[in-house]
Amino acid sequence: MSDESQKAVSVGAEDGGPEPDALRRRLLKLAGAAVALTLAPGVTVLARDLVVKGPRGRKSAVRYGLLIDASACKSGCDACVRACQDYNGLSHDPGPDNAQWIRKVTITNPQTGLSRSFPVMCQHCENAACVDVCPTGASFRRPDGIVLVDKHRCIGCRYCLMACPYKARSFVARNVEDQKPWAPRGKGTAEGCTMCVERVEAGKLPACVTACQKAGHKAMMFGNLQDPKSAIAQRLSEVATTTIRADLGLLPSVHYRGI
Amino acid sequence: MKVAYREIEGHSAGYWLAVIVCGLLAAAGVAAALYMRAEGHHVSGMNNQIVWGMPHVFAVFLIVAASGALNVASIASVFGRALYKPLARLSALLAVALLIGGLWNLVLDLGRPGHLLAAVLYPNFRSIFAWNIYLYTGFLVIVGFYLWFMMERRLNPHTHTVGVLAFLWRLVLTTGTGSIFGFLAARSAYDSAVLAPLFILTSFAFGLAIFVLVLLGGFKALARPVGARLLTRLRSLLAVFVAAVLYFVAVYHLTNLYMAGQRGVESFMLVTGGLFPWLFWGGQVFVGGIVPLWLLLRPVPGADGAALRRTLMLGAAAVVAGGFAQMYVLIIGGQSYPLQMFPGLIVKSRFYDGVVHTYIPQWPETVLALSGVAVVALIVLIALRLLPFLPVSLADDVVSVHGVHAPAAEAEGAPTGART
Repeated sequence: MSDESQKAVSVGAEDGGPEPDALRRRLLKLAGAAVALTLAPGVTVLARDLVVKGPRGRKSAVRYGLLIDASACKSGCDACVRACQDYNGLSHDPGPDNAQWIRKVTITNPQTGLSRSFPVMCQHCENAACVDVCPTGASFRRPDGIVLVDKHRCIGCRYCLMACPYKARSFVARNVEDQKPWAPRGKGTAEGCTMCVERVEAGKLPACVTACQKAGHKAMMFGNLQDPKSAIAQRLSEVATTTIRADLGLLPSVHYRGI
Repeated sequence: MKVAYREIEGHSAGYWLAVIVCGLLAAAGVAAALYMRAEGHHVSGMNNQIVWGMPHVFAVFLIVAASGALNVASIASVFGRALYKPLARLSALLAVALLIGGLWNLVLDLGRPGHLLAAVLYPNFRSIFAWNIYLYTGFLVIVGFYLWFMMERRLNPHTHTVGVLAFLWRLVLTTGTGSIFGFLAARSAYDSAVLAPLFILTSFAFGLAIFVLVLLGGFKALARPVGARLLTRLRSLLAVFVAAVLYFVAVYHLTNLYMAGQRGVESFMLVTGGLFPWLFWGGQVFVGGIVPLWLLLRPVPGADGAALRRTLMLGAAAVVAGGFAQMYVLIIGGQSYPLQMFPGLIVKSRFYDGVVHTYIPQWPETVLALSGVAVVALIVLIALRLLPFLPVSLADDVVSVHGVHAPAAEAEGAPTGART
């Protein structure tokens, strides 16, 4: 500080007013506090959004997923499929124009003859093709990783059915009756496995997982993939698993063991 | 060069019969769409395996042809070929009509066409579909201005600028249409960058073929003359486009054949796929490629106008027929081949995994598909009656080549609607 400024400070003090340097500091503190108070909620929301929304390339705090053990899944059992159809009000008839949210698939290696049977449903991909191609954003991915269809926005173009590598999307081609309140459906719209989102939000397991456990096979495991303490995350860190069409880079939330 | 244009009179029984038939077919298309909306799409042959059917085959054909139909106008306005200038108005009109016909099919086939506004209110720009909505509407607006600039004498000097914009826009538009399929990594028959340029070349051929059919058909009905000079040029141009399409089709299939993982789908499309190899070899390649090339490239002794006209008409008709086969093979064949969820393994399920899907078109979606063509025809018929789109004559003494004026053209008066 120069001599002149020191002089000025002493003059001010003699006048009985607050010392200008101190005043400046106080004003700066007040301004800083005001800015902090103003920005804090926004920063908090932003930070929360970054964690919870989990935009591309960022880890979300919650990501629900499934681990399906094909070696534990019984080839003749379709308890998971029945449970899904019953719970969500879907037809048991596997007609070509009926919805199929989950199905049992049998694969056989023609070179070795080894067969495996296991359920396939929406894989709730991180880079979901259905979400990318949907012109209206009706196909969307929730912050917790569950991929759903907003029936109000769906125009029924079926581009998601064309784009999904898992045949996991269906088109409602008939008038729907006896709908379940928790699984609203709409003629002329696309739909698929919801991972029983309302059950998950209530702290329950998806209907298919519950049915598999009741059948005593324990071939399906559900949980938060991002929680290292969750049973599914621990299991995934212990055993070799894969995802279907991993080469496409869609990063599904459904993992398979033994395929 | 002065070119005289004139509206068609539209008093003949044939004209009104055509208008009524097209109107009824368009109305039947609306009725079919309402029926599918009321009952659900299960009344159609489309299902969760064959997701897109006849309406899409016709829609993609018409949309691809729309951008190609504009080429004649582009050749005149952008590349300065005076020979094509008298044809530019019809070219732009056809482009608009074909696009509207294609969109008619696409929109009326939606599961919920009434919710289409959602695509405008909540566009997802990661979707090529969302981009296409803007590309299609933008195309209609730009070509609308293009037509206005061509038909309004005071705006004629700016035609080149709008023409360049329309030409660039149409290239992007067709790239977008090809990318609807090219971006589908999940399906073996699509997932190829070649599809975008293939669609552009395909649009050149389809668009010019339809343009030729409308032009020559219309001029014959109106008894207006078309000279050998124009016919010769159109024959050569169409032949070049057909050859270019064949080249891209060959590249597409050869690339796939070279990749071991793609040989399954190639085998299906080219040999084992039942109807599809027949449509590919017989329809797309033979009728849509070899026949037109033979018709269009064979020399016509003495520039015989009748022979030139006949071979051009037949060649264009063959291109259109082969074009529908091409779209059917791509769209229906591409979906019939099972999704490769587990490449190299045998896959079975109660939901038709691992099996070839069959598609039998039912009457609702077939009527809807045909109604798109009727809408195109209806727009053209009405527009030709209302405004002077067609030249009075395309005889050799009227048209000019590369800016060399035909002497008689300058002197010719324009009975009605004459424009420069």
